[in-house]
Amino acid sequence: MSVLTMKNVKKSFGDVEVLRDISLTVEHGQVLAIIGPSGSGKSTLLRCATLLTEMTDGSLYYLDQPAAESRDGKALYAGKEQLKKLRSVFGLVFQNFNLFPHYSVLKNLTDAQISVLGRSKDQAEEKAHALLKKMGLDDKADAYPFQLSGGQQQRVAIARALAMDPQILFFDEPTSALDPELTGEVLKIIRELAHEDMTMVIVTHEMAFARDVAEHVVFMDGGVIVEQGPPEQVFGNPQQARTRQFLQRYSQA
Amino acid sequence: MTIQTMVTLLCEGFLTTLAIFMLTLVGSLPLGLLVYFGKKSRFAPLRWVVNVYISIMRGTPLILQLMVVYFGPNLLFGLTPPSNWRFLAVIVGFIINYAAYFAEIYRGGIESIPVGQYEAAEVLGYTKSQTFVKIILPQMVKRVMPSVTNEVITLVKDTSLAYVIGVVEMFTRAKQIAVAPDSPGMLAFVVAGVIYYVFNFIVTVIMDQVEKKLSYYQ
Ligand SMILES: Nc1ncnc2c1ncn2[C@@H]1O[C@H](COP(=O)(O)OP(=O)(O)OP(=O)(O)O)[C@@H](O)[C@H]1O
Ligand SMILES: [Mg+2]
Repeated sequence: MSVLTMKNVKKSFGDVEVLRDISLTVEHGQVLAIIGPSGSGKSTLLRCATLLTEMTDGSLYYLDQPAAESRDGKALYAGKEQLKKLRSVFGLVFQNFNLFPHYSVLKNLTDAQISVLGRSKDQAEEKAHALLKKMGLDDKADAYPFQLSGGQQQRVAIARALAMDPQILFFDEPTSALDPELTGEVLKIIRELAHEDMTMVIVTHEMAFARDVAEHVVFMDGGVIVEQGPPEQVFGNPQQARTRQFLQRYSQA
Repeated sequence: MTIQTMVTLLCEGFLTTLAIFMLTLVGSLPLGLLVYFGKKSRFAPLRWVVNVYISIMRGTPLILQLMVVYFGPNLLFGLTPPSNWRFLAVIVGFIINYAAYFAEIYRGGIESIPVGQYEAAEVLGYTKSQTFVKIILPQMVKRVMPSVTNEVITLVKDTSLAYVIGVVEMFTRAKQIAVAPDSPGMLAFVVAGVIYYVFNFIVTVIMDQVEKKLSYYQ
């Protein structure tokens, strides 16, 4: 059973086709990195997977249960209850964190546990403290997001997502809003999660990191998957000219 | 007329001013939120009605609106309003006028909240109403405080418009005193002015306190 299956996903904004027929599956414990130039549709793909954007056409399954299925060239979405259930399968870490500024760090981590999952306050706080400890932020429980550095905020955001016990975690460029000296602390956390066999899909511009942490790399350009495979192949021996071009530009930059 | 009598009369008037002020806020602050929901409704006719209502409230003088509310039931529908209609009409007039302004202020506050807040809440599994109550509303309140404070200060002064339909609040009182046979003349207006000023000063201090309370986050 795959955690995530996307089949023939298409997405247009008006006349502009942003995703043209994308299929991918993510297995339990797998770490998948998505790379590609700006505007290639990486964020749109994650937004479709996390139900923030509706696909124009295609199918989307979590744990083999349909969130949407293609019918007559259109994506037909499941009912509200089913989507609510499937939403609990995944978590998402945003580029710009999107922490709740009016909640303390602790409350950012506990509130959804309590009001969405129905956990008790004690349970939720226990979980939150354990995660903060893991993130190296045990002393920040009572701080407010604005009092934290970008790297700390992003670690809180990761903890907030993990608190919901997702079976798969999506990251959309988790370090690109950070100062260079702060990216390391966030990448380190993601690496640790990979070692714990957390299932993850990571959109990133950090090529060295992608190569290092991912088991499978997807290179997107112009709304299609141009090339995919193990990192040694995609980075070490790319088969497609466009992949080579892209990687070359990156290694120069 | 002794100065003491004058001050006593003005203070009596001030109680009515205070009542108009308080009742208007108690009514219009929540009503403004309902008006905002109406403006954002998925039901188009409701949206149109609300938009017309807001534009009339903002596009015509409050003094005229008070007249319409007071005389309307009788002139338009031939109804005999209850005996305390004078006062009620003022309250109704003020509430519906201020609710329109508050609705627009709330809209500005809500629309300034980054869309990422909604998306984060959605991905975490919050329902739409949980998202509004827990995530959006508290942030909106903080963002609109300065504009709300402006409106509240304006309201203190606007209460004097109640004179047009003969509700004896402080301004009406001051006018009566000024034209009384043995009147202290200008002094009545000066004292009334001082009371308005002090009242607004207190309002400002309170609103500042509220803003400070909300400054625990950014
Ligand atoms: N809501 C939208 N409405 C219209 N066009 C959009 C919308 N969102 C994205 N697009 C367009 O879709 C294309 C793909 O955007 P997307 O954000 O998915 O790219 P990306 O690969 O994530 O790029 P980046 O690396 O810069 O984040 C872009 O051309 C973008 O302008
Ligand atoms: Mg993007």
